[in-house]
Amino acid sequence: MAQIFPKSANAVAKASIFAVLFLVAAGGFALWRLANSGYVTRQGIILEQPVPFSHDHHVAQIGIDCRYCHTAVESQASAGIPPTQTCMNCHNQLWTNAALLEPIRASLREGKPIQWNRVNDLPDFVYFNHSIHVAKGVACTTCHGPVDKMPLMYQGAPLTMKWCLDCHRDPVKNLRPRSEVANVFWQPPADLAAQQAIWAKAHNVQSKVSCSTCHR
Amino acid sequence: MTELAPSRTDSSPAGDCHAEWKKGGAEATGLDLAAAREKLATRRGPAYWRSLEELSEAPEFGELLDREFPRFAAEWPDGVSRRNFLQLAAASLGLAGLTACTRQPIEKIVPWLKQPEQVLPGKPLHFATSMTLSGVAIGLLVESHGGRPTKIEGNPDHPASLGGTDAVSQASVLGLYDPDRSQHAARLGRIGSWNDFSNELAAALRAQDALGGSGLRLLTGPTTSPTEARLIGELRSRFPQAQWHRWDPLADAGRRHALAAALGVPLEARFDLASADVILALESDFLTSGPGAVRYAHDFASRRRVAEGSAAMNRLYAAESSPSPTGSVADHRLRLRPSAIPRAVQALAAHLGVAGVSASPPESPALDEATARWIAAVATDLAAHPGRALVVAGETLPAAVHVLVAAIHEKLGASGATVLYTAPLEAEPVDPLASLAELLADLQAGKVDLLLISGVNPVYDAPADLEVARILRESRGHRFHHGLYDDETAEYCHWHLPAAHYLESWGDARAYDGTASLVQPLIEPLYSGKTLSEILAAMLGRGGESAYDLLRETWASGHTALSAALSDDAFRKLLHDGLSAGSATPATVPALVSVTAVAAAASAIAALPAPSENDLELALRPDPSVLDGRFANNGWLQELPKPITKLTWDNAVLLSPRTAERLGVHGEQVVEITTTEGRKASGPVWILPGQADGVATVHLGYGRTRAGKVANEIGFSAYVLQTASSRWGSTSITVRKTGDQVKLATTQGHHAIDWMREESEQAAVRAVVRQASLAEYRANPNFAHGEGHAAGGLDTSVSFHPGFEYKGYAWGMAIDLNSCTGCNACVVACQAENNIPVVGKDQVARGREMHWIRIDRYFQGDIDAPAGIASQPIVCMQCEQAPCEVVCPVAATTHSTEGLNDMVYNRCVGTRYCANNCPYKVRRFNFLLYQDWETEQFKLQRNPDVTVRSRGVMEKCTYCVQRINRVRLAADRDQVQVADGEIRTACQQACPTRAIHFGNLNDVSSDVVAMKKNSRNYSLLEELGTRPRTTYLAMVKNPNPELAA
Repeated sequence: MAQIFPKSANAVAKASIFAVLFLVAAGGFALWRLANSGYVTRQGIILEQPVPFSHDHHVAQIGIDCRYCHTAVESQASAGIPPTQTCMNCHNQLWTNAALLEPIRASLREGKPIQWNRVNDLPDFVYFNHSIHVAKGVACTTCHGPVDKMPLMYQGAPLTMKWCLDCHRDPVKNLRPRSEVANVFWQPPADLAAQQAIWAKAHNVQSKVSCSTCHR
Repeated sequence: MTELAPSRTDSSPAGDCHAEWKKGGAEATGLDLAAAREKLATRRGPAYWRSLEELSEAPEFGELLDREFPRFAAEWPDGVSRRNFLQLAAASLGLAGLTACTRQPIEKIVPWLKQPEQVLPGKPLHFATSMTLSGVAIGLLVESHGGRPTKIEGNPDHPASLGGTDAVSQASVLGLYDPDRSQHAARLGRIGSWNDFSNELAAALRAQDALGGSGLRLLTGPTTSPTEARLIGELRSRFPQAQWHRWDPLADAGRRHALAAALGVPLEARFDLASADVILALESDFLTSGPGAVRYAHDFASRRRVAEGSAAMNRLYAAESSPSPTGSVADHRLRLRPSAIPRAVQALAAHLGVAGVSASPPESPALDEATARWIAAVATDLAAHPGRALVVAGETLPAAVHVLVAAIHEKLGASGATVLYTAPLEAEPVDPLASLAELLADLQAGKVDLLLISGVNPVYDAPADLEVARILRESRGHRFHHGLYDDETAEYCHWHLPAAHYLESWGDARAYDGTASLVQPLIEPLYSGKTLSEILAAMLGRGGESAYDLLRETWASGHTALSAALSDDAFRKLLHDGLSAGSATPATVPALVSVTAVAAAASAIAALPAPSENDLELALRPDPSVLDGRFANNGWLQELPKPITKLTWDNAVLLSPRTAERLGVHGEQVVEITTTEGRKASGPVWILPGQADGVATVHLGYGRTRAGKVANEIGFSAYVLQTASSRWGSTSITVRKTGDQVKLATTQGHHAIDWMREESEQAAVRAVVRQASLAEYRANPNFAHGEGHAAGGLDTSVSFHPGFEYKGYAWGMAIDLNSCTGCNACVVACQAENNIPVVGKDQVARGREMHWIRIDRYFQGDIDAPAGIASQPIVCMQCEQAPCEVVCPVAATTHSTEGLNDMVYNRCVGTRYCANNCPYKVRRFNFLLYQDWETEQFKLQRNPDVTVRSRGVMEKCTYCVQRINRVRLAADRDQVQVADGEIRTACQQACPTRAIHFGNLNDVSSDVVAMKKNSRNYSLLEELGTRPRTTYLAMVKNPNPELAA
């Protein structure tokens, strides 16, 4: 009886073992990349907003402090999104007829708040508190990315649990002086690591990795 | 007792599990009480037991001990077995995995237009307000999240609360969001507008102008509100002939009539429990029911906190027909038929030498020997504490008893000391029964052209022989109904108008001591409800005026005697505080008790019917959870295991074991009760140890027909047994088995801690409830650890592994069993704070109730006359060596650095291994999707700081970690330590008696450390080495040596 498989089948069979291993590995790698990609984490994705508000313009060019608008960041869990009135503090004098700002004026005129799309959105079972991070010397840009260079707002960090824990396990490396948390132009000193150890001690910075730190 | 363990090989085929479970209910009825009695007789030491099923070694109970959840708890309801379920699960496995692949939806952020001061996202605000019950206020602080009231707390500055609350006020926030509340005005059942109503009302009133209002009638509940009283006064000056009637199914004017007869002027009595050394409660649950109960419980418990060096406490005697929380904490409890109580009081008065009462009235049958001896001992004890003794007689007792009690108080020097007499709180107090009867007579006589019924439901809750429904139906004239629900009474009225809930209302009321309290809204009316004051204003032709304006007018014009005209600033301060400080009604010095009134009372008591021992008496009492039925549509209260019976979702005919045997009835068998007047009602029997023999107690408040989706058609109405002459019971009834059977959902055997099955000596070491008398405690302050118990506590720190060092904070809890009354306030507080779902009767019967804190109730001693009833709140012990943590395959439950046993819902895959390994059985599993994810109103109530759990997830007490985190973060931000008492768990904050102590174990000066240093402090199941963070302070009773037999 003639051979069913030619001799080369041995090589194909051997190669196919490696091919399967490679495909499984490649598939796993692809899934892992997908899970950490901007598509899933939304990192770097620009969301359309009712008004194309530019942090680049307001923060970097004009020099408005983060806390002028996000007033609750030092005292509350939520940093707060400014009320329409805050926009109008300036824009009742400047660009009063700009078409781009019509939704703002309409909001005040019609008594309807502006509905922004949430850019940095944690899952509902995570209880994040801005005020404690700011008090410990974690800067706005540490988590929100280079906001001063964002003409349109996007999520600056993956906001995955791994990303949170990387800092929670060793928070010292992300510290700044408390007075500089909202300063987007801050330049780290030459002896950063040594300084950070001092700041950590001054503000009693601890590694907090208990589940109930964030989940409850 | 080892034979109690059931055989585990008798498991039936999977397919029949459901049928088996149903059958179990029918088989469980024929308990062998005689065997249970024998079993108890062989026990040594203080024999504790949870239920008759346990004593009679019913296999069902053994299973409850062996298993974390009852056998069929894991079964699919509605006939799908475990096997079917697994098949379904396997089929859908592939698809199920895909659901995890959804991306988070884009959410909106909606900021303010103009940010109000103080209102920040995520920051709760607290507002002072008051809730009234029968017109009397308790001061509250209500937590508001973004304009939504979410949680009720007591107002620490309010004398009726002092920071504590009761179960009903805790649950009232759910009542606000109840989707079954009426949502619009209705005319003859069709949606009507407020405008049409106003026009119709105005037209009807114009017709009355000519008649001076002789056809105008108002029917409300009793009110203490200065504003409502003022408006009704104004209404009367416009319509001088109009009549104002009052009805309240909870109130009896007996005490007030008695005080008027005895002291010559209408007075009200309030008690000072803090200065009472010896207290006698007669058919009275003054610690958990009635106005002032929260304060009374607080003051009572303040005299029972014994510690080394201050081992003195008050003594409470209770004589009652059915066990109540007050009876359960009493040092001596006497089971007495309601009909025997007047004679017992007479004997007491005679012993004390009250003028006008003879020692042995010839016409009255003598008390039995044990009762006589008990009364004599109580009399001696009371007499030995002049000025520091107190007798509290229940509302349901006849007026003659209250006359004698007033005379006893005078004799004991209690008047002005432990009993304070004050002018009545109520505006124009009336006898509610007489008042309702007058109205009905006028309706029948056709004298009523216009009737406004507000806030009362007499069609459902008036004595049946008054025939309110028939009279209303047959009467002529306009009938308007104003209430929270389109209820039984609304059905008989032309118009129904939705009322505003108290959390939506402006108003005022007075507390049990007369303190003027403010009612402040937390939210705009959800369903366009209006307050009574607004309706009254509409009747005065001032329809547009808001309740706020009406309230402000009362307090600006000096209309009330309570204050002079208030400036706006002063009024704002009043609203902030929630009360007008120092406005309590001053105590008056009463005249001497009239001897003729006492003599008349004594002969009235002698003339009362004295049923023979074989007669079965009926006692009708308000339900401990839903009261008269007004809270029947509140799921939290329905599912709340009632104190003592631990029944949920039902009322029952409560019988003592001996009476049940005599009648030949078993638990859950339906009996038909027939009163001497021929009134009939049918309900299931519940055998309750501690119940007086020959008494059937039935709770009111069930069998509603138009209460809402929660309450309709559950239980049976006992109002049909009521007559105007015998509201609180009947001295002779007959019962007949109907042959039906009803499954009652009781939690008394659920989550049973397994500590009593070993030989007695070992059981003593493991004792979960520990108790001693005051004399024993003085002799051996270490009794909770001595002899049978491991001396000084076991040293559980020995380990091969180095222990974890808790630097920083270490949270711990201590619960003082001597203060706990088992009132259930903590259970509802926990439910509100932690978004705990309601599961329904069927699920409770399967052992799936979700309460994170449960109150275990133990009977002690004899089945027929238990020597004691103990209540023990069980929360998660937050074990330092937690057995649940090591078995979790996905690390969903882990230990925090502060000693909390964390539960991560999002990680939990629902293996239930943790619950299986928990010796305290505190873990709860979401077998189904219990949380209501659909109803918009309920979403508003939820605490945004706590995750809402879904199906298939384990949950449990976390010591309110959301509260810990909030305070700890704020302190950390300011770089200070959390101060002692700054963090209070929901259960601790609600507790009226301060039985629960919580704090930082690393702070040596903290309250919780002081409690844990108390020699009474012990851990549950200490020998397991779990090192629980929650510990208990053993009970100390103060029995009278004369009665210690």
